[in-house]
Amino acid sequence: MRAAGFWSSLIALMAALLLPWYLLQDGIAALPLAGFAWLSDPDFAPAAGQVASQGRWWLWPAVLAPGLGLLAALLPLPRRARADAFLLAGGLGLILLLAQGYAIGVQGWTAPWLEGLFGPMEDRQFGIGWGGAVVPSALAVLFAAGLAGRGAFRGDAFTAAVAVITAISIAVFTAFPLLLLLADAFRDAAGAIAPGAVFGRLADDRLWSLGCLAGAPRCGVVWNTLLLGVLVGAGTTALGLAFALLVTRGRLRLARPLRWLTVLPIVTPPFILGLGLILIFGRSGLVSIAASSWFGIELGRWIYGLPGVLLAQLFAFTPIAFLVLIGVVEGLSPTLEEASSTLRATPGATFSTVTLPLLRPGIANAFLLGFIESMADFGNPVVLGGQFGVLATEIFFAVVGAQADAGRAATLSLVLLVMALGVFGLQRWLTARKSYVSIGGKGDGGLAPPLPAGVRRLCLAVALPWAALTVILYVLAISGGFVEVWGRDYTPTFRHMVKAFEISGGQLTGLAWNSVITTVTLAAISAPITAALGIAAAWLFSRTRFAGKGVLEFATMLSFAVPGTVIGVAYLRAFNLPPLELAGTGAIIVACFVFRNLPVGLRSGMAAMAQIDPSLDEASHTLGGGGGDAFRRVVLPLLRPAIVAGLVYAFVRAMTTISAVIFLVTADTELATVFIVNRVINGDYGLAIAVAVVLILLMVLMLGLAQLLVGRRRIGRRAAVPGLAAPGLAAPGLATPGPGVANGGVVA
Amino acid sequence: MLHRILQAALLPAVLLASAGAARAQGSLNLYCSVQVEWCQAAANAFQRESGIRVSVSQKGSGEVLAQIRAEAQNPRGDLWFGGTGDPHLQAAEENLSAEYRSAALDQLHDWAQKQARDSRYRTVGIYAGALGFGFNPELLARRNIAPPACWKDLLDARFRNEIQMANPQSSGTAYVMIATIVQIMGEDPAFEYLKALHRNINAYPRSGTGPIKSVARGETGVSISFVHDAVTERLGGFPVSSALPCEGTGYEVGSMSIIRGARNLRNAQRFYDWALTPAAQALGAETKQFQTPSNRAAPVPPEAPQMSQIRLIDYDFARYGASAERRRLIERWDREVNALPR
Repeated sequence: MRAAGFWSSLIALMAALLLPWYLLQDGIAALPLAGFAWLSDPDFAPAAGQVASQGRWWLWPAVLAPGLGLLAALLPLPRRARADAFLLAGGLGLILLLAQGYAIGVQGWTAPWLEGLFGPMEDRQFGIGWGGAVVPSALAVLFAAGLAGRGAFRGDAFTAAVAVITAISIAVFTAFPLLLLLADAFRDAAGAIAPGAVFGRLADDRLWSLGCLAGAPRCGVVWNTLLLGVLVGAGTTALGLAFALLVTRGRLRLARPLRWLTVLPIVTPPFILGLGLILIFGRSGLVSIAASSWFGIELGRWIYGLPGVLLAQLFAFTPIAFLVLIGVVEGLSPTLEEASSTLRATPGATFSTVTLPLLRPGIANAFLLGFIESMADFGNPVVLGGQFGVLATEIFFAVVGAQADAGRAATLSLVLLVMALGVFGLQRWLTARKSYVSIGGKGDGGLAPPLPAGVRRLCLAVALPWAALTVILYVLAISGGFVEVWGRDYTPTFRHMVKAFEISGGQLTGLAWNSVITTVTLAAISAPITAALGIAAAWLFSRTRFAGKGVLEFATMLSFAVPGTVIGVAYLRAFNLPPLELAGTGAIIVACFVFRNLPVGLRSGMAAMAQIDPSLDEASHTLGGGGGDAFRRVVLPLLRPAIVAGLVYAFVRAMTTISAVIFLVTADTELATVFIVNRVINGDYGLAIAVAVVLILLMVLMLGLAQLLVGRRRIGRRAAVPGLAAPGLAAPGLATPGPGVANGGVVA
Repeated sequence: MLHRILQAALLPAVLLASAGAARAQGSLNLYCSVQVEWCQAAANAFQRESGIRVSVSQKGSGEVLAQIRAEAQNPRGDLWFGGTGDPHLQAAEENLSAEYRSAALDQLHDWAQKQARDSRYRTVGIYAGALGFGFNPELLARRNIAPPACWKDLLDARFRNEIQMANPQSSGTAYVMIATIVQIMGEDPAFEYLKALHRNINAYPRSGTGPIKSVARGETGVSISFVHDAVTERLGGFPVSSALPCEGTGYEVGSMSIIRGARNLRNAQRFYDWALTPAAQALGAETKQFQTPSNRAAPVPPEAPQMSQIRLIDYDFARYGASAERRRLIERWDREVNALPR
């Protein structure tokens, strides 16, 4: 505890003395390092310099609090008194710094009553930089050390620090932006607080109208969203189940290629599927042209609207259902089925009375996951929706449309959030109520029975055409990037590739270079952070006990249950003004990637950790190690495969995200996905596909590398780990494609 | 020996100094609302000429306006290049753009100068383009439909489900169309017209160029678009023709504004001056964009629709560019037209 307090105080103090407190416009490289003048420069000075030479007295806590902490760590105090000093220095310092950050903005005081209290303010301040970020973080650790000193977290400073850091980052990057955004729903158009405003907006006919049943042109977007969600949930579950049964019990030679087929949509930028569907089923698509020239039937524009969106989402999300279900099917213990056939049940009866009921939680899980993914999807509805509006697109247009109605956007987000959380709660309730788990960790010698013939035929009838359609879709969509003009001129060409990735005169003049490089860079920065935070949080949630753990765990999941569009708007809103002035930088995109994908890293970490016997931790404790030693020396080395998988998954997710970041990109930080979707919207399909193909190749390369790494390590370490993916998916019963993808997809 | 050591010691310093020189030219954040090829060509050309690093972010004019508005207290962009004039006028009215009088102003056509005067020199015209119809002659011939010649033709039953126009809630192009109809017919008859037209519309895509792309790819028969966009598609190898409405038509003045509070103000002004030169304005035609350039000395590409031969209405940009009017018309459209069955 003393060491943690000492080091955190020291780091905070050094940062207050040396690191520039405010955000530097041109990055840290622009520091005029010659001489020491920058130490008192109004733009570059650290906290100490700001106080001493710029008269910014409100930054005193940044210097004094670490000083107090350091003093308390060095003086020979009783444990209790030192802990109190740490708590005081860390807690008070943090609160005062937070208060000044929000009280003094770019135009002086942010509220009139502050002026009455402290007198007029001539000065102003912009967002915090390195100094302003490091000092409060170190103070938080100091506070945690104080907590541990008072006996919380079983007196372990490491646990306390991890818990406090996790809690603060979740609060800042998930809870704060969402709450701020949702508060908009309770303001009127002029920005004044009007709790009644939300009812007016909620009562909007455009949300709830059921007119389409009575022949009106469209129903409310809420009903559209619900209908689409249910259809997609049911469809992906049925398809996923058929695939899962075939692959595990269908006695097919095609099992391996089928598995690879399922990875494909995960590494595909989402709207490329929508594009492929237009190219096949659009009015000038292959099917339509064939129909009109062979049969004289005009198919028209049926693809734009519910059918198109549904089809695209089925393609996009079936793999997730498959990965969830295959974990469950593989995890089924054959013992019960063998018992059933021993009792002379026919294969059909065994299947319907034993196998299917055992699969129920997996089916519920897959359904609800498909539902949530469909609700959160933005790319497919925007490309194929036509007049069929869903909440995710409606929120987008409320923000960028001519009306720019923040209140409406917030209200729609609120509706979406409530729906997502409702589904989320329902899922937890359903899967927690009764235990269906049949994996005991003991070896089961039994053999899973083959599928009954009728079921097998049914599965084949569903799965094979679908697989064929997937292949055709991909071949056609990708070929669109290599012909002159899709749908018109099929001369092969590299024109689009050249346009996107041209290099002339040693300069990268292609249109897509900028965005692809930015995407890879930001994804590569965010992936390790996501994995690290995910593993740390997973360790925290599964191995330690403290008050408020449940709330924290729930808050972590919040950003997954909320659609990307909502997160994006919330981030822009929360981080455009000081002190956390991240908008327009790459940092806000990295933060968005990290906290949006954190639940996935967290769940896969927890799933992997569930397989490590806690007695190993205890052994480390017995031998005198603290929480940090157990984590570093025992848990981390055993988790290495899970970490690699988590890294890859975070990277892939970051590369394909669109909805969350569409509001966060700027000229400097344009992402490839945003570039692609803008090209698609403008009808430049060739260019869009060319860029998408490069992205897919990059990600497949990553996956291949990871499989090489993880696959080998796992084989070397354990001989047989049947149903590895299962505990993570079936037991926590949460909306996580993560472990499923990580284990089932990458490793398999 | 000593010489060599000195050289080795100096090398990093020299490298640093040259890196510093490159940075000293600074950078420019460009929000660009013309086609991406043009954006990139302009950025590359300017970068070569000035050494200033240009970052381009291409978005529709409605989106750029929303973004500038959200960032007003703390702007991220420096210059907004292209896109229909109305959002630029709106930005000027909301004090989101900065006043700047370029020395090149008197080399411009009257309509471009008028745009600057209307906005009290917060924006300026860089190109103009007339609104008209784009259509796919192959598709129309296959379905035995005569192409449209007048606004009233679009109401004909033969165009049932064959017309696309952009959604005015996000597209400046579509708003120009609504304002044009209002100015030709008067407001209430105009909305009657739009309601009747609604029956024949199959979709309202988000982007202003979306409909003409659909025409090109045979997804729809007719679009309401700027005629220069139709030329672009035709040169791209698609069967696209265009027509100008016999009742007269409105036009856009594609504009350029410096964002108020721009962090690289001097570079933005430099780009502004440069973009008004004939050489810079010729870049549009080089990237197959055939608007009429605003500098009188800039060559008008032969493919471009000749503005002098088009029957243009006297478009009241000051009135219809105002935010309140725009919001009112778009809201009325959403309420009275967009909500109707088809």
